[in-house]
Amino acid sequence: MAKSTNKAKTAKPPKPDDQLTWKELEIGSIATRPGSASRYKTGDWSSRQPEYDLSKCIKCALCQTFCPEGCVKSTDEGFYAADLYYCKGCGICAKECPRKVITMVEEKE
Amino acid sequence: MATRVGMEVSLAVSEAVRLANADVIAAYPITPQTHIVEHLAELVANGELDAEFIPVESEHSAMSACLGSAAAGARTFTATAGQGLELMHEVVYVASSMRLPIVMAVANRALSAPLSVWGDHSDVMAVRDTGWIQIFTENGQEAVDNTLCAFRIAEDKRVLLPVMVHLDGFHLSHMVEPIILPDRKDVDKFLPLNNYPLPLDPSRPVTMGDFAPPSIYTEARWAQEINLEKSMRVILEIWKKFGDKFGRYYKPIECYRCEDCDTLLLTMGSFSETAMMAIDNMREDGKKIGLFRLRLWRPFPYKELRETVRNAKNLIILDRAISYGGPGGPVASEIRSALYPLARRPRVTGFVGGLGGRDISPADFETIINRGLKISNDGSNREFEIFGVRE
Repeated sequence: MAKSTNKAKTAKPPKPDDQLTWKELEIGSIATRPGSASRYKTGDWSSRQPEYDLSKCIKCALCQTFCPEGCVKSTDEGFYAADLYYCKGCGICAKECPRKVITMVEEKE
Repeated sequence: MATRVGMEVSLAVSEAVRLANADVIAAYPITPQTHIVEHLAELVANGELDAEFIPVESEHSAMSACLGSAAAGARTFTATAGQGLELMHEVVYVASSMRLPIVMAVANRALSAPLSVWGDHSDVMAVRDTGWIQIFTENGQEAVDNTLCAFRIAEDKRVLLPVMVHLDGFHLSHMVEPIILPDRKDVDKFLPLNNYPLPLDPSRPVTMGDFAPPSIYTEARWAQEINLEKSMRVILEIWKKFGDKFGRYYKPIECYRCEDCDTLLLTMGSFSETAMMAIDNMREDGKKIGLFRLRLWRPFPYKELRETVRNAKNLIILDRAISYGGPGGPVASEIRSALYPLARRPRVTGFVGGLGGRDISPADFETIINRGLKISNDGSNREFEIFGVRE
């Protein structure tokens, strides 16, 4: 078995992906820092976003449970809201909400 | 002391893996590769090889297990053939793009349907573009030697790519041949311990094979391409070192009586030794005909190829696979493309034959050469001709 000589090029702060040259990639494009996916704005994929009528919300958190992106967070008031940086606009939360709190609306520019 | 033994080539390949001290073998038995895997299982069960043998449920799993094993820094081997190589196809790409040094023996086999367990190169050609280093062997000794070289090439820090060692199903895999098995001490000296530079290690976690958006995918692909091209230099260096140590030298292109030739025949794999007999016969008749074989299929040896055919007028190529509805033989197609930029180049005539285990005898090779010369001289532009089909 190999002895671990795990030397990652981690000294410098990460460059954004769209500035890295091919020579700067680790072998096999290995990611040597945790959380690189958090920089990736999956919200760019969406064309719709959730809109909330909080007067009907019972804070059951099913929207958070079912969100495949894991982007629904609780707010200071104890309600729930999707983080639009990551929300792909799939509408599963709206479909699952038992109180029809959530409506998917076309994104505005 | 190296020992000279009479041994089935499949078993000899397994013995090479034992001599290389592989750490992990994950493989699924499939004809005609079965004896390689069976013998390795036996060696591990008998305690003659201290390795993990993972009897996976499919070839897709075999290659997947190899990814994990190589990523952990273990010396990793697998073997497959035909349909098995097809089933693992998806993961074959992942091994090279993740730059994992895996060695895989492929006992080349035809593809279904109709079902054929016998040999040809359909399976190889389907994985041509997977980014692996690919070496063709012609006899048992070459299969053993190149299995050893494959580990060293794959694990070299300047390479870090998986390597396929091709041996023809049955025509080579099931032959009993005299083979020199090198001494363990010498192999240990030739083959340093695997030291993968960035292995899976809980104390320094990394993510392998993750997601690449359009902003970075092209860079990842280009890095892989440049790396495979650059591996050529290291492959040559390691073959030289192997030769210096064991006395058997290998080259990307091997020539047989190519000197002063008007006409060259190109073959790959075990049929080459049969073709040599045809060359000998025709040479005796005073015809200036030689044979060369592509040992290294990837990275493609452009320089050596152009050098080899420099003075030839005719080049006759035998393919053992068909690219349907296209150029016919994949090898002939690549050779044509490689020679196209040259101002002076031989006329290339392609034949497809030896499919699904059908023999090509020395007399058949003479027929192919004569027919190739006729086509070459009559100036017809046909892409290829099939050899030996009953009308």
